[in-house]
Amino acid sequence: MMTRTIPFIIGFLLVVAPFITPQYPLHLLIMILIWSLVYTAWSLMGRFGLVSLGHGAFMSIGAYVTALLWNYSGISPWIGIPAAMITAAIMAFLVAYPCFQFKIVGHYFALVTLALSEVVKLVIIASRDHTGGSLGFTPNREGDGTSFYALQFADKETFYFVVLGAWVLGLVIWRLVDKSMMRYALDSISEDEDASAAAGIHVTGSKLKITMLSAVLTALGGALYCQYQMFIGPEVIGGIGISLQIVFAVVVGGLYTMMGPTIGAIITLLMTEIFRNWITSLRTEGIDLAGLDTSIYGLMLILFIIFLPKGVLGELIDRLAGGRQKDTS
Amino acid sequence: MDEIFDIFLLEAIINGILFGGVLALLSLGLNLIFGVVDVVWICYAELVMFGMYTVYWLAGVYDINIFIAALGAIALVSVLGWLVHVLIISPILGTAPINQLLATGGLLFFLQSVATLMFSIEFRNLGLRLPILEFSEMYFSYARLLAFGVALVGMVVVYLFLTRTYIGAAIRAISQDREIMVLMGVNAKKIYWVTASIGGGLAGLAACLLVLQYDVHPFVGISFGPITFIICVLGGLGNMIGGFIAAFILSIIISIGGLYSEIEWGYVFAFAFFIVMMFIRPQGLLGKK
Repeated sequence: MMTRTIPFIIGFLLVVAPFITPQYPLHLLIMILIWSLVYTAWSLMGRFGLVSLGHGAFMSIGAYVTALLWNYSGISPWIGIPAAMITAAIMAFLVAYPCFQFKIVGHYFALVTLALSEVVKLVIIASRDHTGGSLGFTPNREGDGTSFYALQFADKETFYFVVLGAWVLGLVIWRLVDKSMMRYALDSISEDEDASAAAGIHVTGSKLKITMLSAVLTALGGALYCQYQMFIGPEVIGGIGISLQIVFAVVVGGLYTMMGPTIGAIITLLMTEIFRNWITSLRTEGIDLAGLDTSIYGLMLILFIIFLPKGVLGELIDRLAGGRQKDTS
Repeated sequence: MDEIFDIFLLEAIINGILFGGVLALLSLGLNLIFGVVDVVWICYAELVMFGMYTVYWLAGVYDINIFIAALGAIALVSVLGWLVHVLIISPILGTAPINQLLATGGLLFFLQSVATLMFSIEFRNLGLRLPILEFSEMYFSYARLLAFGVALVGMVVVYLFLTRTYIGAAIRAISQDREIMVLMGVNAKKIYWVTASIGGGLAGLAACLLVLQYDVHPFVGISFGPITFIICVLGGLGNMIGGFIAAFILSIIISIGGLYSEIEWGYVFAFAFFIVMMFIRPQGLLGKK
């Protein structure tokens, strides 16, 4: 009874949220939804043991392709975002296909994808004449800042619904993958590739599909981030820092559940916001503790991985399931 | 015209080789740890950053003799390496390898921000200006020559340690077979401790050489961390000679790429070369299948 009504209550709250919350919490909510989409996209492949440290690259591609097409060719994000998603898919294919074909797994796969995220970051920095380099890039505003054609909205409420839709799409895709035959194929691949291949599973094909799907959704997240923040930088949405941040948030929330990445986004974003506000308030009192917030953040990540490797939600579900089993026996 | 061009190319290649010395030293420590403990320390470059700060404070601020400062940095980073292993790696040594990689990734954030907290984000340098060596119209900095020389000596010492001493033999044995060596009566824990400390010490040594050439700031690790991992993977993770060769190949690519265009393109070429090489030799240049 309870478990059936809770999603409806949350859904209702999410729909009415923009009308009752002030601007700052609404901003946080939008950021949480955008990052949740990216984290969910990562967990699509992460849960099958495909640990990618290259998702910063896909996010950057999503954001930069959309913004560059808009600024230099005047192509609307409605076309630019699909174009960016296709670019990300092609990129994922080019790197992942040989990886899977040559059985690059585990550490090696993580480090090859790490190289990918560095390549994309450095290309953005090096072509500074067009991308603004390390200083970042701002998409041109259309008119007074609100334009359906340019997917730019001056008010946060409209954008909230765009992002909410994208987040729900991410969850639906997660669920569809979870219910599909491919999921069983990938589960078995993550256990033993050779045995799966012997059982008639197309190993490379299955892994490639999930990787490209994950890359495409991540690019969508990157594009939405760009459209909302109206500012992107190579280190802001790419590079090793963001790639690690994506993995961490998912690990904190829980890798194997649908809502895990979202919970991870809520926990990590609230944590950084609270610490940042605290540091800022200390600074007004004359105490400069810049860096303390991220120190605590880093420390908590280490502790999470050591003590709660299944993530907050994963652990919670395990506890509840454990409790239930005791009840029935 | 052609002649001048060749001089520049030759200078770039030689500078690339000199730069490769430090990279080879960096990858040596990481490779040692990977080969023995089977863990990738994503935070390795951040340990180097702490070593650079140690030299900076001891020699630059407290005016202690630079050689003593260097020894201090090596000792401190060596202890840091041991702490990383004892506090972070050993509790999760039995879990999925990716957890260990991520835990050290958390440490990367932690070390970066602790450095920000302690030293602020200012760029600092020793203020030492080593002379430039001129050789038939080509220019090389003494700092790079020194770094190259020390890196080579460091590598020979590590090689001798691994091949000529009892504990070195035990380290090589355990990297070949983790389970059997424990049955043979080797104390795996002790070997891991020694390896982590040596790995840290090598990071400290690299820090002493890097601080002569570059400014130190909390995010300095990001600028050469990724290239170090790439070198290790390209050479075959855990394969020290492979890493050595890979360091020189990549540093020459970076140097030549930087000659024709901006230095970032040099790095782009190096990373792209790495990705392509992974498809040709996925096990690394000298890795075993």
